Amino acid sequence: MSIQTFAAIDVGSYELAMKIYQFSGKGEMKQIDHIRHSIELGTDTYSTGKISHERVDELCQVLSEFADIMKSYKVAAYRACGTSAIRETENRIIVLEQIKLRTGLTVDVLSNSEQRFLHYKSVASKGERFDKVIEKGTAIVDVGGGSIQISLFDKDSLVATQNIRLGILRMREMLGDIEPRTKDYEHLIEELVDNQLLSFQSLYLKDRDIKNIIVVDDYISFIMQKLGKEKKDNTITQQQYMAFVDILRIQTPEQVAEYIGMPEENASLLTPSAILFKRILEITGAELLWAPGVGLADGIAYDYAQKNKLIQVQHNFENDIIACAENMGKRYKGNRTRNVFVQQVALTIFDSTKKLHGMGKRERLLLRIAALLGDCGKFISLEAMAESSYSIIMATEIIGLSHMEREIVANVVKYNKASFQYYNELSATSALDKASYLTIAKLVAIFRTADGVCRSQRRKVQDVKASLKDDQLILTVCSDEDLSLEKGFFDRKARFFEEVFSVKPIIKQKRSLNDGR
Amino acid sequence: MADKFDLKRSEYYYNRELSWILFNNRILEEARDKTLPLFERLKFLSITASNLDEFFMIRVASLKDMVNADYTKPDIAGLTPGEQLEKVNAATHELVQLQYSTYNRSLLPLLQQNGVHVVTEHEGLTKKQAEYVDRYFSENVYPVLTPMAVDSSRPFPLIRNKTLNIGALVTKKNEKKEVEFATVQVPAVLPRIVLIPGEKDETTLILLEEIIERNIDQLFLNYDVICAYPFRIMRNADLTIDEDEAADLLKEIEKQLKKRQWGEAIRLEVDDDIDKRLLKILRHELSIKEEDIYYINGPLDLTFLMKMYGLQGFEQLKNVPYVPQPVPHLQTDRDLFAQIREGDKLLHHPYETFQPVVTFIQQAAKDPDVLAIKQTLYRVSGNSPIIAALAQAAENGKQVTVLVELKARFDEENNIVWAKMLEKAGCHVIYGLVGLKTHSKITLVVRREEDGIRRYVHLGTGNYNDITAKLYTDLGLLTCSEKIGEDATAVFNMLSGYSEPVSWNKLALAPLWLKEKFLYLINKERENALQKKPARIIAKINSLCDSDIIEALYEASHAGVEIDLIVRGICCLRVGIPEISEHIRVRSIVGNFLEHSRIFYFHNAGKEKIFLGSADWMPRNLERRVEIMFPIEEEELKQKVMHLLQVQLDDTMKARVLTADGTYERIDKRGKESICAQEQFCQEAMQAVKSMKENVNARIFVPEEHIEE
Repeated sequence: MSIQTFAAIDVGSYELAMKIYQFSGKGEMKQIDHIRHSIELGTDTYSTGKISHERVDELCQVLSEFADIMKSYKVAAYRACGTSAIRETENRIIVLEQIKLRTGLTVDVLSNSEQRFLHYKSVASKGERFDKVIEKGTAIVDVGGGSIQISLFDKDSLVATQNIRLGILRMREMLGDIEPRTKDYEHLIEELVDNQLLSFQSLYLKDRDIKNIIVVDDYISFIMQKLGKEKKDNTITQQQYMAFVDILRIQTPEQVAEYIGMPEENASLLTPSAILFKRILEITGAELLWAPGVGLADGIAYDYAQKNKLIQVQHNFENDIIACAENMGKRYKGNRTRNVFVQQVALTIFDSTKKLHGMGKRERLLLRIAALLGDCGKFISLEAMAESSYSIIMATEIIGLSHMEREIVANVVKYNKASFQYYNELSATSALDKASYLTIAKLVAIFRTADGVCRSQRRKVQDVKASLKDDQLILTVCSDEDLSLEKGFFDRKARFFEEVFSVKPIIKQKRSLNDGR
Repeated sequence: MADKFDLKRSEYYYNRELSWILFNNRILEEARDKTLPLFERLKFLSITASNLDEFFMIRVASLKDMVNADYTKPDIAGLTPGEQLEKVNAATHELVQLQYSTYNRSLLPLLQQNGVHVVTEHEGLTKKQAEYVDRYFSENVYPVLTPMAVDSSRPFPLIRNKTLNIGALVTKKNEKKEVEFATVQVPAVLPRIVLIPGEKDETTLILLEEIIERNIDQLFLNYDVICAYPFRIMRNADLTIDEDEAADLLKEIEKQLKKRQWGEAIRLEVDDDIDKRLLKILRHELSIKEEDIYYINGPLDLTFLMKMYGLQGFEQLKNVPYVPQPVPHLQTDRDLFAQIREGDKLLHHPYETFQPVVTFIQQAAKDPDVLAIKQTLYRVSGNSPIIAALAQAAENGKQVTVLVELKARFDEENNIVWAKMLEKAGCHVIYGLVGLKTHSKITLVVRREEDGIRRYVHLGTGNYNDITAKLYTDLGLLTCSEKIGEDATAVFNMLSGYSEPVSWNKLALAPLWLKEKFLYLINKERENALQKKPARIIAKINSLCDSDIIEALYEASHAGVEIDLIVRGICCLRVGIPEISEHIRVRSIVGNFLEHSRIFYFHNAGKEKIFLGSADWMPRNLERRVEIMFPIEEEELKQKVMHLLQVQLDDTMKARVLTADGTYERIDKRGKESICAQEQFCQEAMQAVKSMKENVNARIFVPEEHIEE
């Protein structure tokens, strides 16, 4: 049978949800069941730092029911993902172990950027509609219980993304007992939001024109699906939205929830969400809101399907990650020309030494990103460039990279310049495991070699070819200029490659035909 | 309209209890209908008796509770509970009078004419018969009797609800002074009707209580029995408040719990020439009011007539039993799922057999591709093939989820037994929802097929009960529509305690969305009428007493919407109120089968909408139960349902029309064809099978035979 079913579980801050999908042989993805259970894990985590055992109990209970339902659909695979409520809880490891023991399910804890990337994928799973919306300047505003993620698009690829730790559940907790509907309430939320949004604006929005907002959340999306029902495309204009906010000022959230047919349990989070979007519209000046009505589970399934080649994916997500890195490089005034060249050489080496390093596509992507961000630290200090680069990368989100991957990239960049630290030292200060450590070592070896080839600031080299011969890696450099400087540096830079792979990189210069005129 | 009329005015409504009594009267009319076979009339009389018992236990008890709690809020017809009780009392006394005059004056003589001799008093037995009866007493009856006497050392015994008893006045032998009370319950374990052997072509029978009365001396050996008379009480024994009542009443009663008299007697039936001293004791001990005493001229508890209906050998005095016909568009020898894939299937019970529904579940239980079966069960027959199939499915490793409604009135005990059995077989059993009765009838079968998961759904207006499906008229739909399938999944997710779905495709559910939808649909017709578009509503339901719905109907009628209502039982809506309900017609059909289907038709400016459902237009259905309404969308099936409605609107035989003065009248048949809808549906179902068979036969190739030269 060419049909496959898959279960995606979203262990969210205020809801536990499972969606069952079906992939047909024709590359279609279809949701066939959606089971939701309200449970505010976030309330515990955000206020006490821990999930109470009653909640864990309830969580396990529902998850084991989910496991039964999965079984009944005979799913081929599942993926369960926890987000900020689990991520930020102090007793995370214990909770995960309990879940594993009591339900047999493994819950992956997503880093914020992984989570947002999956959300983003879920939006992209809307295909044509998505492609059309992002033709104009677009921001994806992804609102969760714990934080908000705003991602910006420029000419159909993602260029920047920023996390703001101001999710609606967190906001509600902060506001405590203040009565919604009052002016105070609105002002307080606006104050909270503005503080963060305005700095985001000055960082990213100065030279961008945002026309569309893509909404990823559980409240405003719902309202838009109801309000935009006539148009059937789940979009509403800025004016329509503002009219809705006016209603919220007069009626209680419960009344509004009833009016639009929203489950009453969700009513308390309605007002914070609504005001948040109002401010976003005002600050960005966007004209249209689109709610694709998707969630994390859709992203999980889309990601699974993509990895298992069950569907045809139009959008190139790798480009998004690279565009993000390039943008970051630009922000920190990197030497783009040189970085791109180093990247090119590094990839040449990577591709011709596959047998040696045994790494795959993902590591290749990490290498690219490292190359593009190779000199970002000098924005802060020329002297402490390695350390600064590391800090910048660790502090900046690169959508689509897991926390561990970001750590790898940051280390690769760092040890390109700084002297390499071995496992015992390295693992003493970070959570790197051996596999990641090895990846770092290998990538550093390649990166240093490539960096050595392009030593000078001037671009003397036109093209580099690499070939592996016995215990030598021969890098053929096409250049008509004097490369003695490079050659001098190269030996030092390439030593680490030899140490890691037991293969010695050697530079050979090849002059073009008009040489010796 | 609102400024001109106040639609909430109480004179625009009938009281529901009185309307119910009118319904029972209509059944009694059937018992009095000389054109019906005698035994059918016995059956109808028996039904009026058991209906009345239930009415007392639930409704009258509830009114008494209100009075005891000093609850004085008037109903929609403006009557306080006290006033209602008064009117109900008068009406039920009248009803009982009519029941017994029917029994004594019409049915007993007719039985005699037809060779059934009912010995009404044991004094009328011949010597030979008396000997038989006495032997029967000592062999069968005596051993199970528990006589109880009352004196200073023994308190008045507990007389159990609804039981038939014989009360006697006795004095100690040789002491002839003090008169004491004694009582014995007529055992329910023995048949009420005792056949006495006799002449070949005559059946002689006597009721059990007469036999006991005749031998009462043997029960009180040390006493002289002065007199003995049967009596029967009905108690307010229901510990729960009827779900029909408002929540504020519940609070009121909780507050006044002390005032509530548990087990208070609310009706006493006695023989009409009962000894005055005996009656006085009963009245005193049961603390019952005079107006709650029913003096009965005949046997107490007429429900024994149902047993009489079952007597062998009187087939000529009964209707020819109707056998539910095969569903013409379903072949029994083909895969049911494949046939559903070819198109939605409508089932009309009992004209068409309930078997496809049973097969649906049986086939699902065995089918290796079926992943899950989910079903709601309200009332199920004992030994139900559906339960057996569900259990088998679970044993076959399917995920089986069953919601068993334990709150189904009078069925609680029965339901618990097989719910336990299902659980043992590995089904996931949900024992109802807190605070809500699950009245919806829905089954979902999830099947994994070549091109993906496909969901098959059965939705119905009647319970999953193969026995009542032979007696109740109901409609069912088998479909694999994707949208309904998605909704059905969401229904069961909700019933399993998960959050409600983000939106519904096709189904409308009570208690959250259904009422609103009805009001929307009715109002839409009103708007169409105001815009001078044709506007029409037809609804077939069991009861109509929701004031919001009635108000909406009044408004629609006022705007000119033509409204036809086919309401079997309670109807609180009034017809013929000038400008308010002039366009509303109400008819009630009481026939051989119990009308049970709920059908809703809205003209919708030409884009006609037809819905079926499990809910009546009662507050309890719309506000305190889980109910489902589903659309019929395939054109052919819509036509079918429309035909059903039309025939019922054309019925001239069993239909009665509500008049402006609140009475129900038979149709004036002059110049009209005689149409009995139920009869016509029987004929049509048989005809459909016949023409189907002919069609099949026409497809057989006939080989040319060799012609001899």
